[in-house]
Amino acid sequence: MTSVSHHIPDHIMVAYVAGSLPHAYSLVVASHLSMCDRCRTRVAAHEAVGGSVLDSYATQDVSGDLRQRVFDQLDDPFEEAPRFERSGIFPAPVMEALGGLPPKWTPLGMGVRQSILSEDDQGTVRLLYIPSGQAVPDHGHNGLELTLVLQGAFRDETGYFGVGDVEVADDDLEHTPIADDGMPCICLAATDAALRFRSFVPRLLQPIFRI
Amino acid sequence: MRGEKKQKTEEKGDPKAPSHRKPNMLTSLSDQLLAADAPLATVDGDTANQREGESVGQESLTDQTVWMLAVRDHRDRQAFGRLFDYFAPRLKGVICRSGLPPSQAEDIVQDVMLTVWRKAAMFDPERAQVSAWIYQIARNKQIDTLRKEKRPVPEELKLPEETQEDAAQVLALDQETQKLRVALGRLKPAQREMVEKAYLGELTHADIREQTGLPLGTIKSRIRLGLERLRHELKEQGLT
Ligand SMILES: [Zn+2]
Repeated sequence: MTSVSHHIPDHIMVAYVAGSLPHAYSLVVASHLSMCDRCRTRVAAHEAVGGSVLDSYATQDVSGDLRQRVFDQLDDPFEEAPRFERSGIFPAPVMEALGGLPPKWTPLGMGVRQSILSEDDQGTVRLLYIPSGQAVPDHGHNGLELTLVLQGAFRDETGYFGVGDVEVADDDLEHTPIADDGMPCICLAATDAALRFRSFVPRLLQPIFRI
Repeated sequence: MRGEKKQKTEEKGDPKAPSHRKPNMLTSLSDQLLAADAPLATVDGDTANQREGESVGQESLTDQTVWMLAVRDHRDRQAFGRLFDYFAPRLKGVICRSGLPPSQAEDIVQDVMLTVWRKAAMFDPERAQVSAWIYQIARNKQIDTLRKEKRPVPEELKLPEETQEDAAQVLALDQETQKLRVALGRLKPAQREMVEKAYLGELTHADIREQTGLPLGTIKSRIRLGLERLRHELKEQGLT
């Protein structure tokens, strides 16, 4: 994985570490971290800063019985949250979002498929499957778009993106990613608003496809 | 991997080790210190380095690291109590800042401290200093209480088994973190406030990008050594 050359920028990483990054993007960041040791170490550095903030923060007295309440529970049985493992091209955070099951693909036309992993009012995160040589449907987006390559590769006006690379597209980037020749490109993509796939689906149908 | 580790310990016939880690130099040191109830450690790494005696100046590990290792390796309740007394009021401080009522904030503090106890085996002082580790647990808990979905976290690193922790590395990380703390302490109040806002989740990624006052450069230069070491370690172990 030394070939990863497009990483998570600092401002997004700090927001991720601090927990202010919306869920959809956080899933992309966590997935990239699972594939990139360089960003993993950068995250560790930012966590050290967070630790310093905690460490030097003004203390606030806790209720007298809190300590005892905690000690009383030390021996209580507890349930470990289920842990997911990487499966094939999908890193653990994606497997967790998939609930451990294979993705359920929905066709978008021209061989392109999607599988929505999570959506809320702050963003949507989906898997995209793009046949080799095929362009990602022309899509406007209003805010930040993060796209992580899990299989294959794509290129667009800004460069070449292979497995592990993240493309960070801010507000105004108009881009037309095209899947590289060879194998289908599978990406994890997060956006803050419904994508507008102009070429394939009339706007009126969008609610049906949830795109 | 945990299983293998445990097995190794059992083979050596050491039923005393309750966690998956074998007692090592560091923990025996923490034992000595805790048993003697001596002044545990000094936070002033530079002074400690000049002391004679123990190689690599192990005595200069922070109190928090020593307590955490005692909790991890020996399920030491006294050490856990000290961690609680140190971190609980700080955790309450940062959690209340987010506007949660005190009782709810204390529920999160309780949850965080129980996680520290239960997940102690995951604490790896070569990769994270105690405060950084607890900060991360607290961020996760705080976000999980606000959302229905769990906060996405990266895959756990599958590091090969090590028989001993590298005491020099643990110490170096500890000291570098202390230097970082000093550097952050020297920031102008407005900058300091900005760091707190950014790392306590009060700024969006777009805010952070606009914030030229945020001393990301200082942060990077202060922890560069630690980063390089960690990357080197990952490379050595063929994870890249
Ligand atoms: Zn990276």
